Amino acid sequence: MASGIVSYGVYIPRYRIRLDEIARVWGDGNDVSDGLRVYEKSVPDMDEDAVTIAVEASRNAVHRAGIDPKRIGAIYAGSESHPYAVKPTGTIIGEALRTSPNFTAADLEFACKAGTAAIQACMGLVSSKLIDLGLAVGTDVSQGAPGDMIEYTAAAGGAAYVIGSSDLSAEIEAFQSFTTDTPDFWRREGMPYPEHGGRFTGEPAYFKHVTSAASGLLRRLDKVPEDYDYAVFHQPNGKFPARVARKLGFSKEQIEPGLVVPMIGNTYSGSCLLGLAATLDVAKPGDSIFVTSFGSGAGSDAFSIKVKDKIEEIRNGAPNVRDYISKAQYLDYAMYAKHKGKLRL
Amino acid sequence: MRSVSIIGVGCTKFGERWDSSLRDIVAEAGISAIEDSNVSGEEINALYVGNMSAGRFIEQEHIGSLIADYAGLARLHVPSTRVEAACASGGLALRQAVLAVASSYHDIVIAAGVEKMTDVSGGTAADALASAADREWECFFGATFPALYAMIARLHMRRYGTSREQLSMVAVKNHHHGCLNPISQYQMEITHEKIMKSPMVADPLHVFDCSPLTDGAAAVILAPTEVAKKYCDTPVKILGSGQASDTLALHDRRDITTLDATVSAAHTAFSQARIDPRQVDVAEVHDCFTIAEILAIEDLGFVEKGQGGKAVEEGMTSLNGRLPINTSGGLKACGHPVGATGIKQAYEIALQLRGEAKKRQVDDAEIGLAHNVGGSGGTALVHIFSR
Amino acid sequence: MTDNAPRFWRAIPQRYSLIGTHCSNCNEYYFPPRNICPNCRRSTQMEEHQFKGTGTVVSCTTIYSATEDFERQTPYHLAIIQLDEGPRMTGQVISGPPGVKIGMKVRPVFRILGKEGEKGIIYYGTKFAPLEE
Repeated sequence: MASGIVSYGVYIPRYRIRLDEIARVWGDGNDVSDGLRVYEKSVPDMDEDAVTIAVEASRNAVHRAGIDPKRIGAIYAGSESHPYAVKPTGTIIGEALRTSPNFTAADLEFACKAGTAAIQACMGLVSSKLIDLGLAVGTDVSQGAPGDMIEYTAAAGGAAYVIGSSDLSAEIEAFQSFTTDTPDFWRREGMPYPEHGGRFTGEPAYFKHVTSAASGLLRRLDKVPEDYDYAVFHQPNGKFPARVARKLGFSKEQIEPGLVVPMIGNTYSGSCLLGLAATLDVAKPGDSIFVTSFGSGAGSDAFSIKVKDKIEEIRNGAPNVRDYISKAQYLDYAMYAKHKGKLRL
Repeated sequence: MRSVSIIGVGCTKFGERWDSSLRDIVAEAGISAIEDSNVSGEEINALYVGNMSAGRFIEQEHIGSLIADYAGLARLHVPSTRVEAACASGGLALRQAVLAVASSYHDIVIAAGVEKMTDVSGGTAADALASAADREWECFFGATFPALYAMIARLHMRRYGTSREQLSMVAVKNHHHGCLNPISQYQMEITHEKIMKSPMVADPLHVFDCSPLTDGAAAVILAPTEVAKKYCDTPVKILGSGQASDTLALHDRRDITTLDATVSAAHTAFSQARIDPRQVDVAEVHDCFTIAEILAIEDLGFVEKGQGGKAVEEGMTSLNGRLPINTSGGLKACGHPVGATGIKQAYEIALQLRGEAKKRQVDDAEIGLAHNVGGSGGTALVHIFSR
Repeated sequence: MTDNAPRFWRAIPQRYSLIGTHCSNCNEYYFPPRNICPNCRRSTQMEEHQFKGTGTVVSCTTIYSATEDFERQTPYHLAIIQLDEGPRMTGQVISGPPGVKIGMKVRPVFRILGKEGEKGIIYYGTKFAPLEE
């Protein structure tokens, strides 16, 4: 049974720090931005975290299409920065949305692709009619160790997708995943910052999994990149998605609307979902969108999405990605460190 | 209802009393009052003590029993009651004592107040004081006690044109009075510049707009007026007592720039005393923050609503003004040991009416008033006294 | 062990979603919820009401010195806000450079209100932001 996106909502905190400012502090010279093709990243407020971002995004999603929260039968929240190691983000989202208590929930973690995994889980429950609507959320206030390269792009943001089987704004025609045990980037329990394998995170991790899932799906559907109007790839920086698009045969124009990382950084579990939202913000009924996420550890979920008429009805029901991107307030490194709790008190 | 008079008063030095415990200071005040009244222990029928938060400050409850015990009255099994109305605990203790004597239930009653605030850190003290506000709906959402009065100030300034300088004038005046009061915590003059240079607490209130943390105790002894002269040459009659409640949270008040509880309690007290505000010669009002004194003189009916700032500026409330306010130094300079303040106010008015206020004496003071407020105005007590 | 869990939990609908009450006898709205209508007392007819959260700033201040729980967040803005439906509440206002002004229109946002230290519960709830932002 067909399932897909009934509605979506996003949230990006209003603070930003320019990468040049981070480079200034660590003495990394002035080509970091160009090297990464990221110019500034979002920073959460002192009273924001992955939960508050998830709630704002979810409220936007529900509000955008006037959804009755009591219909939600499952909430899966994916993040690398759930504030509780034990006590799910999903329960707080449910309470804040005023759902009925009759829903299932569990938190997900799969580095940057926990959000797309949440969509897959919801699709399963919805297609099999076990639930009416599911809510899939990707949210993060990702951390990078001070002075580490990751610090340049670790950002904050999130997106929520209401998955259903009717009144679809965009149908998810199929998905294909590719998952292996690859230690490219990880964080041990109790540690504040992640570790990564440097250049190992490229070819054997990001590129291998994204291209395998993507080409696997294209082959199965007997489609080519030209069949799609838009493409969204996971965006750890501005270079990787451009390179993988080229490798697969997608054009710069196809990925352009969904490329948000240069202005807000890598929102980890929110990354692909925000890129998809930015694309849905401009897509027209009949357009098709190809999405492939990547999560370290490692895995990719590729989706083939067809935009429906309903998208026009719901488009203006909630703020869109560019609205949030444009509300920027800049911080210096000291304020940024205070906001991110990097100062041990 | 028979008439009640004060036959003896006592008060400790207010300040950071590191060497003294709560038991020490309450005994100090009690003994002082008893000696002042020539009353003997056996004659005391009841004790009422105001204390806001001994549980938080020294982890001690059951203050009624503790005070009776350390006043040496436990063996006489004197009934002892602790009352709490946040910062109005002292005024409430006075009222309970007045009611006990006026009703003829008791004859000689002690009304005391005590607070020992400096045994804990400033942070814990601030948190304890915050429980005078609405913990769930004000404090939990980020409000601090000074912030509530700051919001009152902002609106009062916007609506009535009360100025930042006028707020300072309250503190300057009260510090000046404090210099003339031997028991005052602060005995130094301050200036508007000094106030503005002090750290901002909650805009527009600076540190020097706020009353301090203080240890202190005070006690007054009450007797039926008809026998008062047996104990004391200059008994001070209590002409009226008023008490009123209002919403706990500031945001629920009818008008954020008026303490309706003060208005109501004052109305009751003035009616009972059969006098009007113009006849008051000296008053102790609740200046937990400078803005609070401005509100008080309006809400007690001494000046029109909105004219409080102007009255202070024109010197009406200075020692040589038409109606000296807070000759003790007020809460601001004399100090604010929460539970003790209401009783200290009665102590100061008694001294004034007896002509014993020395360097801060108001000439020919015949009628005095004490005004004590709990929290941001959830409770108010007004007592009127005469020579 | 942690303190306050039941007390916090009981008020979650109020903090997250501004659930209050409405007395259909006299048509007055209450936030936080009341069981007894001060106007009607025994004639109270209370029903649940979810406030929109939009409102106007009645008075405000900026807090520079706070209790231990809020020390890290200073300076922050606090305001008394009159909700559109009538009742007033106290809340923090998140605002950029122009700051908070009396008369400003606000909307609700979901934020962390506080935490019980490093190991305790995180209290989420409603703060406010300027309507135009």
